[in-house]
Amino acid sequence: MPGFDFSNYNRNAALHARGVPLPKATSTGTTIVGCIFDNGVVIAADTRATSGPIVADKNCEKLHYISPNIWCAGAGTAADTEFTTALISSNLELHALSTGRTPRVVTVMTLLKQHLFRYQGHIGAYLVVAGVDPTGIGLFTVHAHGSTDKLPYVTMGSGSLAAMAVFESTWKRDCTKEEAIKVCSEAILAGIFNDLGSGSNVDVCVIEKDKPTQLLRNYFKPNERVKKERDYKFARGTTAVLNEKVITKEEIGRYVTVHELSSGSDSDSLVVVEKMDVDEV
Amino acid sequence: MIGPGTGMLGEDGIHIDMNHLKSGEVNLGTSIMAINFKDGVILGADSRTTTGAYIANRVTDKLTQVHDTIWCCRSGSAADTQAVADIVQYHLGMYGIMNNEPPTTQTAAALFQELCYDNKDQLSAGIIIAGYDKRNGGQVYSIPLGGSLHKGPYAIAGSGSTYIYGFCDAHWKEGMTEEEGVQFVKDALREAIKWDGSSGGVIRLVVLTAQGAQRHLYLPDQDYRGPGYK
Repeated sequence: MPGFDFSNYNRNAALHARGVPLPKATSTGTTIVGCIFDNGVVIAADTRATSGPIVADKNCEKLHYISPNIWCAGAGTAADTEFTTALISSNLELHALSTGRTPRVVTVMTLLKQHLFRYQGHIGAYLVVAGVDPTGIGLFTVHAHGSTDKLPYVTMGSGSLAAMAVFESTWKRDCTKEEAIKVCSEAILAGIFNDLGSGSNVDVCVIEKDKPTQLLRNYFKPNERVKKERDYKFARGTTAVLNEKVITKEEIGRYVTVHELSSGSDSDSLVVVEKMDVDEV
Repeated sequence: MIGPGTGMLGEDGIHIDMNHLKSGEVNLGTSIMAINFKDGVILGADSRTTTGAYIANRVTDKLTQVHDTIWCCRSGSAADTQAVADIVQYHLGMYGIMNNEPPTTQTAAALFQELCYDNKDQLSAGIIIAGYDKRNGGQVYSIPLGGSLHKGPYAIAGSGSTYIYGFCDAHWKEGMTEEEGVQFVKDALREAIKWDGSSGGVIRLVVLTAQGAQRHLYLPDQDYRGPGYK
């Protein structure tokens, strides 16, 4: 029979009905925020990427380029935020080239929402879209199912509650660039410290009218690795040597084939193929 | 996507509840309404958007313009209603240009109905359409979940509307003045917000007359009395 086979769908539904949980996709427990100011907009993000309970990347980038004056912060499924923003960025550049105009933030928001709505939430991208264009300053959130919101300050991701608490208690209207950077980075710090899914550093992106966009990578590093305070190495001789046996190369040759690699058999001429970093003591 | 605990294995096969929101979907647990009055129509809505127990937006604008003097109130899934409203806005825009004449409220309502009925299995959208046109004056239409279309003197919808059926029936008057109409909508929504946990925030109104659209905003910290006109 030609065509798709959907029999596994019924099997999965039956398994699920019997209590078998669905497999989990890799997602980023995240804190992302955005805030407008008098002359532009600031977005910020933490830098922790997780897969289940494991920290997959301690210093990943969650601020995505769309166009020089439009940037996105992404939460949700890591691959989906990465590829969705890249796709929209690509389409937007072609659009800008064919129209000869600088792209608008609402255009990005509309492209994103229509793309995500078509996939009915299966593309797990939760985004904060921010930028400046000839019509003014733009700041939006786009949810995976395709709904959008327009607000003066926004938070998303698992740390959004902690971050929103900061905005709701300290945000003031008509703020300056410095004030916007401060409230955004403090909101991310709240996510880093109070949300298990968020952590490591703070990335900030400042988009201002008639000024080049500033990407402040690792604006705060509140979780820097420091030298271990104690030496955990066992001193030589800690383990008693009960017996000693020397096996020569010739003896091994009786059981396996031994190949001579370098004629000089000098230990200095060994080539290191791969090196692994270990903790300095 | 199937949420946790929605699958059921019965004697006669597998049953999946499709009529619930997908997990993590943004919901407009809502109180919305629109009424006819002497000079036109008034639309009203609360401003709460929720994802589960979290309020994703406390100042949402659920009153959406789809043409010069045709607006709609959205309830149900935020993504679905925004998508439907965007499509209708596009079609009405084209209609206005092609026919060199603005579309009627009935045309807009019929467009909404077609989208809501044809895609009823995939949508959760309850929409009220209200508009003013020269030929028919003010009109109010309602499209509940199944995709049927109802014209009436007034319409209420959303989770909070269940609490105000009695209120609206008791207080409704034919041919109210603008002042009376605004008071009626405001009092009804106030009651809906009071009893419905999924509704809240500010009250937004749009008054549509021959003079065009006028927005009102009423804040809870001023007992929904001010600032009023915007």
